[in-house]
Amino acid sequence: MNNKIDENTVRKVAKLSRLALADNEIHEFTAQLSAVLEYIEKLKELNTDAVEPLAHCLPVKNVFRPDEVRDSLGTDKALANAPQRDENHFIVPKILDEVSA
Amino acid sequence: MTKEFVVKKLVFNKLAKIMSDIKYKVIVGLEIHVQLCTKTKMFCGCALSFAQQPNSRVCPVCLGMPGSLPVMNKQAVEFSILAAMALNLEIARFTKWDRKNYYYPDLPKNYQISQYDLPISNKGYIEIPLESGQTKKIRITRAHLEEDAGKNTHTSGDYSQVDLNRAGTPLLEIVTEPDMNSAEEVRALAIELQRIVRYLGVSEADMQKGHMRFEPNINLAITKDGIEYRTPIVEVKNLNSFRTIERSIIYETQRQLDEFIETGKTLKMGNKSTRGWDDDKQMTVLQREKEEAHDYRYFPDPDLVPVVWTDEDLERIRKNLVELPIEKRKRFIDNFGLSSYDAGVLTDEKSLSDFFDEAVSAGGDPKRVCNLITQTGLKIANEKGCKVNELGFDAKALAQLAKMVEEGTIGASSANIVLAEMAATGQTPDAIAQAKNLIQKNDTAEIEAAVEAVFAENEQAVDDAKNNPKKAQKALGFLMGQAMRKTKGQGNPKLISQILNQKLGI
Repeated sequence: MNNKIDENTVRKVAKLSRLALADNEIHEFTAQLSAVLEYIEKLKELNTDAVEPLAHCLPVKNVFRPDEVRDSLGTDKALANAPQRDENHFIVPKILDEVSA
Repeated sequence: MTKEFVVKKLVFNKLAKIMSDIKYKVIVGLEIHVQLCTKTKMFCGCALSFAQQPNSRVCPVCLGMPGSLPVMNKQAVEFSILAAMALNLEIARFTKWDRKNYYYPDLPKNYQISQYDLPISNKGYIEIPLESGQTKKIRITRAHLEEDAGKNTHTSGDYSQVDLNRAGTPLLEIVTEPDMNSAEEVRALAIELQRIVRYLGVSEADMQKGHMRFEPNINLAITKDGIEYRTPIVEVKNLNSFRTIERSIIYETQRQLDEFIETGKTLKMGNKSTRGWDDDKQMTVLQREKEEAHDYRYFPDPDLVPVVWTDEDLERIRKNLVELPIEKRKRFIDNFGLSSYDAGVLTDEKSLSDFFDEAVSAGGDPKRVCNLITQTGLKIANEKGCKVNELGFDAKALAQLAKMVEEGTIGASSANIVLAEMAATGQTPDAIAQAKNLIQKNDTAEIEAAVEAVFAENEQAVDDAKNNPKKAQKALGFLMGQAMRKTKGQGNPKLISQILNQKLGI
């Protein structure tokens, strides 16, 4: 089968998405994603010369809200489900200093 | 000569030779983030915050909870359009939202809502004043709206703290063309932009609070032996003071020149680098970024619908445009004959320029009003920590005071005393001048009598003034002082001087 996507691309996409995939999964998803892309290819057969590009799937526009303050959750509620927290913060594993090589 | 010295000298000569046939020009473009001064965030009703308790101003939308739905803040969208209009940008009739995907703990959704291929506006320019008195047009590529991220604090421990109060704050991102060619020009643009957004009332533009953040892209065009080279582009991240913007450009100019001389490295695809400003060391430092970091995989945000503008919408927003600082500055110079410096001082803040305009409309002579404001008004306002229009007197009273000076009712220096008193008591300039005995005597007969009395008492000085060219100037000054004294300091100096000269026959 002529794959639409190769394993290296899948590895890269997985990395960008912070997904740790095993080799067999990479293999499996490469085939699946290729099938999806192949299917999408079919759409190319349609002539879309006279069709405007679609920016949104609903025929809706200009949905605004007024600039009025609504109650926020407050610190305690906001942090209630945090896997890790201190008094007022979410806590995450130390972010490596960008400057350090 | 030691061997080492010879080598050093050789290197020096070589360097000097290289330097002598090198010409270079710095090229700078800017990416600027301006925080809009709405009451609430871009896509939810949480109030904007500064220095609030961490994570107190958050809700399911800005926390990126599943099932929450962002809805556009109309005010934020209109503020951004107004700013775009003031920057001479073409407003897109159709604009949409995209997701910019990346992983960082300050971004709870793992994407930032931003605009990719259909921003709110394209192709404009900003006109900036230069010290020479000239102006320069800097082209603007585009301006788009997006949401800010939260804030990470890197503690000394084994973890980082995340505060999401700032997440979702509306930001206007402005991208300029690389049209600036000196640190001065970049600084001028930064300051002019700050003035513009403040005039429009779309941002407080408080640098200390991070309301304006600058990211200059800097490189050099170097001409050596008739060939032009470009050095690799450096982007300096997140500068939030005018001083650091200026210094980082000066530093990068020298660093890139040195690097070119040493390595000959030139601009290529993919050799752009990112640096940060180290304020302690006063230098830029290289920031390592993962290669994939810029693969943002933008795609249209299905949660948000597009914005489509009609002529009526845009006309309604356009009504909120005001005369921009640079236009005002030109008008003050052209119509009122103010100096470029004075016009700059008066137009720095809209409230001050409006106050000045009002006083002039009320009949105050522009130069007199300007002097009163710049010599005394601003000083008192500074001491009190308020604005000139908040000093407790209105523009009409200021105009009245300027008129009194113009008509010779009070002297120019007395006017400053009166102004200070107006600020302290709110009384009319006339009442204050009366009470403080500052009304000038304009009675010719009275002044003539005073001058004659002075002449009678100071015959030597009169003689010197008339007949001794060496001492004439000094004698005249002395007689002038004596005559002022005779009138208890209330004689109109112009009138006294006139009468003195007349009577001396000079």
